[in-house]
Amino acid sequence: MSDVKKVLFGPILSNNPIALQILGICSALAVTSSLSVSLVMSIALTLVTAFSNLFIAVIRSHIPNSIRIIVQMIIIASLVIVVDQVLKAFAFEISKQLSVFVGLIITNCIVMGRAEAYAMKNGPAMSFLDGIGNGLGYSAMLIIVGFFRELLGAGKLFGVPVLETVQNGGWYQPNGLMLLPPSAFFVIGLVIWALRAYKKEQVEEPEFTIAKNSRSQEAL
Amino acid sequence: MASSNDSISKTIIVAVALCLVCSIFVAGAAVGLKPIQQENRDLDRKRNILAAAQMLQPGENIDEVFANVEKRLVNVSEGRFATEEELAQAGVTVDAYNQQAAAKDPALSVSLSGDQDPASIKRRANFATVYVVKDENADARIILPVHGYGLWSTMYGFMALEGDFSTVVGFGFYQQAETPGLGGEVDNPAWKALWEGKEVYNEQGDAVIALAKGAVDPNDPQASHKVDGLSGATLTSRGVTNLVQYWLGEDGFGPFLAKLRSEGV
Repeated sequence: MSDVKKVLFGPILSNNPIALQILGICSALAVTSSLSVSLVMSIALTLVTAFSNLFIAVIRSHIPNSIRIIVQMIIIASLVIVVDQVLKAFAFEISKQLSVFVGLIITNCIVMGRAEAYAMKNGPAMSFLDGIGNGLGYSAMLIIVGFFRELLGAGKLFGVPVLETVQNGGWYQPNGLMLLPPSAFFVIGLVIWALRAYKKEQVEEPEFTIAKNSRSQEAL
Repeated sequence: MASSNDSISKTIIVAVALCLVCSIFVAGAAVGLKPIQQENRDLDRKRNILAAAQMLQPGENIDEVFANVEKRLVNVSEGRFATEEELAQAGVTVDAYNQQAAAKDPALSVSLSGDQDPASIKRRANFATVYVVKDENADARIILPVHGYGLWSTMYGFMALEGDFSTVVGFGFYQQAETPGLGGEVDNPAWKALWEGKEVYNEQGDAVIALAKGAVDPNDPQASHKVDGLSGATLTSRGVTNLVQYWLGEDGFGPFLAKLRSEGV
């Protein structure tokens, strides 16, 4: 039981794919300017990761080693196309906002990473849960970033005004930077800082130490 | 087990079987969901037509408002509404006509090359779909389809003009795949609102409307023909300028609009 819990909820705090492994940053920057889009993207990625893990785990003992990455890509790509088609049919407005990013789930490192690192070595049920868990870790990060960006950038949450902006006769001066992709770097950086202050074991060893400044006389 | 998996025959069998299963899966989803997607696209297109003409208030039924708009076909090279004989000869009907599909059909389009084709559309349909607003009191009188190449994608949009057939009522794209956040800002409502009230034609009757580099200086005598460029999206901005000038210029709707101006709708 504790195994299931670890696989399912471990990736949210202690092994977050974005905060610890620094994967999937591209889409975390691009689709988080509003909460509703972040949420749809999170659901899409969670489903794709879970089902690609499931299918890959089912056929893992039949995958020839020489073409295993291609086999994984075919399964992932097929799932992403299906998700894209479903979004176009049932959530047309949001699929227009997500535009190319649904297609780019194919190249999202989290999906490939879990397929190669987990689903190739574990059974279908656990792999499925691992996909859901990593999807949840990604989702948690996206929703945190989306929350702050939409709230501070547009004064809204899920499109509903929360802080009345100056343009609409209120008091809040929106921070336009928060609507632009680079602001997600700041939010993600602050979240990583907070997470590592709370869980000290995530702090990485420095790869090198900075040499002392040398004086110009010494250099001669 | 491991060695038999890596034999050539097993590799080929796995690859072929997987491709077959996946292609059936993907094709099934694409074909099965097509009718719903088509419905969404049609509704979205109507919404965009009405939005360009500033005729849509939130909460109104799109189909009801759309009843005020009449779809008509224009013979682009002759610069007039298409006659029934022409349409019968070409085998098209007004209701079923799809300009995007016709532009790919050699029988229904002309090929453009080099300097005839600033908007990079390669082929132009002989007949263009325009939407005439029947309500005399509405701001917009005619809504024209425009399209052209940006940075990554062909952008399809609508431009609505007032009764003088030069003043812009509204402009917007309904299909584009430019870089989100940069060129994708063509969908930004604040930017689209800048088009309102701009003049397409100068005194000589040339389509001179263009995107400026950066913001438009309000003291510029040409300011009424210029719209702010999109920052960080030089190529998309250039694409928008090219496609608007092409479609409203001499090779596009220019002669047609000139005729409407002198003779009425």
